[in-house]
Amino acid sequence: MIRVVIAELRKLRRPTLLLGTIATVGGLSALFTSIVFLMINSKDGNSKRGEHVGPAELSHAMGLVYGFRLVGVFLGVVALCIFASQTAQEYSLGTLRNLLVRQPSRMKILAGKFIAMKLFALVMVLFAGALSIGISFALSGRAKVDTTAWTSSAAMHLLFESTLNIFISTLCFGTFGMILGLLLRSPISAIAVGVLWNLILENILAALINSTGKWLPGINFSNLGEGGNVDLSYKHSMAVSLAYLVASGALAALLFKRRDVAN
Amino acid sequence: MNKSLVPAITASDLTKIYGERAALSHGNFEVPAGSICGFVGPNGSGKTTTIRMLLGLITPSGGSGTVLGESITHPEKYLPHVGAMIEGPAFYPALSGRENLKVLAELGGFPLSRVDELLKKVDLADRGGSKFKTYSLGMKQRLGIAAALLPNPQLLILDEPTNGLDPSGIQEVRGIIRDLADSGTTVFVSSHILSELEMICEYLVMLREGKVIFSGRTNELLSAQKPMIVAKPEYEVDITKLADKVSNSGYQVMVVEGALHISAPKEVSAEINRMAFESGITLSSISVVLPTLEETFFEMTGDNK
Repeated sequence: MIRVVIAELRKLRRPTLLLGTIATVGGLSALFTSIVFLMINSKDGNSKRGEHVGPAELSHAMGLVYGFRLVGVFLGVVALCIFASQTAQEYSLGTLRNLLVRQPSRMKILAGKFIAMKLFALVMVLFAGALSIGISFALSGRAKVDTTAWTSSAAMHLLFESTLNIFISTLCFGTFGMILGLLLRSPISAIAVGVLWNLILENILAALINSTGKWLPGINFSNLGEGGNVDLSYKHSMAVSLAYLVASGALAALLFKRRDVAN
Repeated sequence: MNKSLVPAITASDLTKIYGERAALSHGNFEVPAGSICGFVGPNGSGKTTTIRMLLGLITPSGGSGTVLGESITHPEKYLPHVGAMIEGPAFYPALSGRENLKVLAELGGFPLSRVDELLKKVDLADRGGSKFKTYSLGMKQRLGIAAALLPNPQLLILDEPTNGLDPSGIQEVRGIIRDLADSGTTVFVSSHILSELEMICEYLVMLREGKVIFSGRTNELLSAQKPMIVAKPEYEVDITKLADKVSNSGYQVMVVEGALHISAPKEVSAEINRMAFESGITLSSISVVLPTLEETFFEMTGDNK
């Protein structure tokens, strides 16, 4: 399986994909982190849903990762698009038959692809985190935020925890994209369905029927990235996310193993 | 069992059914090890379906088959020794030709040094670094052949390898196939260019509407066909007169490019010559020819329109 991982990484590290992804997540990370610090005195708010976070709150250990946590859900959407397109394109380009002739074990292909994309997602999250923290330090002076607590052991613990949570959330979104790619076999369809569902339909459903929110996959994936909240616990989100991914992943893997490669 | 005595490919009642349509129905054939075997049939006759079953990409609905002595239900046992290009070359457009081959080399566990060797072999060394999407159809086809050669295969399966190639490209592919066969590789090749197959294939498997209509030596197939006498009058104006005379004697005739094609055994050629002489017609040439593979194919498939 290690051979599959290496081969997949060669595809993932192509400049158009790697640099394009780095530019996208870098841009998102810079944008969200900058908004927090540059609009610190704005009446319109500087955080999600128009909330306001002032210098006093940002001077706590949490201030170090505040911008990074805001960008988390968007990293998930980027991962969803990449995982979906990288999986579905094997069908649309007809390259799956080449892969299966060279590695007939379909489960090894699937597992190798998943591991390689996990590594890619890890690089993406680490880069976004590093950039966000760099920008936070750079803009803290201008926003009059005291950064003494940002170098404390509590801040380091929070940084590790946030990175792990955002990585888990990103992986959940990515896996969801990969499953859509396997089921729909078309990059455009898989991305469209994934993005539409997670960013639009789930929010409409949750707004219309309040109780559905805690059972929808995208909302739970996002909640994992935020480390849970008062309405939706981390444990609940982890259980719901795992249930969705294990059930749909098993179905997609079964189809991938059994389905004829006839295109 | 001595592997060299085992046929490279066998199919026994191999069947694939989609819905109510049989893409291949009870296909029986053998491809001897070390041979070049042509796989011919009109579009939709089941060639690609058969190839996909042999490569483990689709599951047969019935029957069985072996490749290099192993059952096609366990492709992992033989695929490391099989090279294949199915339904044209399929690669990642944003990767270079070289990177595309490296992906497959890494996947199959082949040394990366093979990649440059093969790019040179298929005359793509200069363009190996260019993105696949910038390649011409011929270059894509050559890259597909290079990918098929990555494992240094005991069996090479090529589906329409000369599609999109210019005459010199076709000649190169023919050379590659012959070299491989000389070194003991079995080549199973499907092509629409029957004259190409006739030149290189010792064995043939012929399909029509999902059924194997011939499987065996090419020369057995051709020698079993009725020969044809080709008589060419010195003056073209005499051809109708000669055609009438010969057809009145009970033979089927056809005028093709200034020559008379007569369906008759070779012994009749003396009689034709005499008929021409008695009618005052001088023949510039008279010869006995066997039908080409193309003519035989059309005869057998009934597609001789």
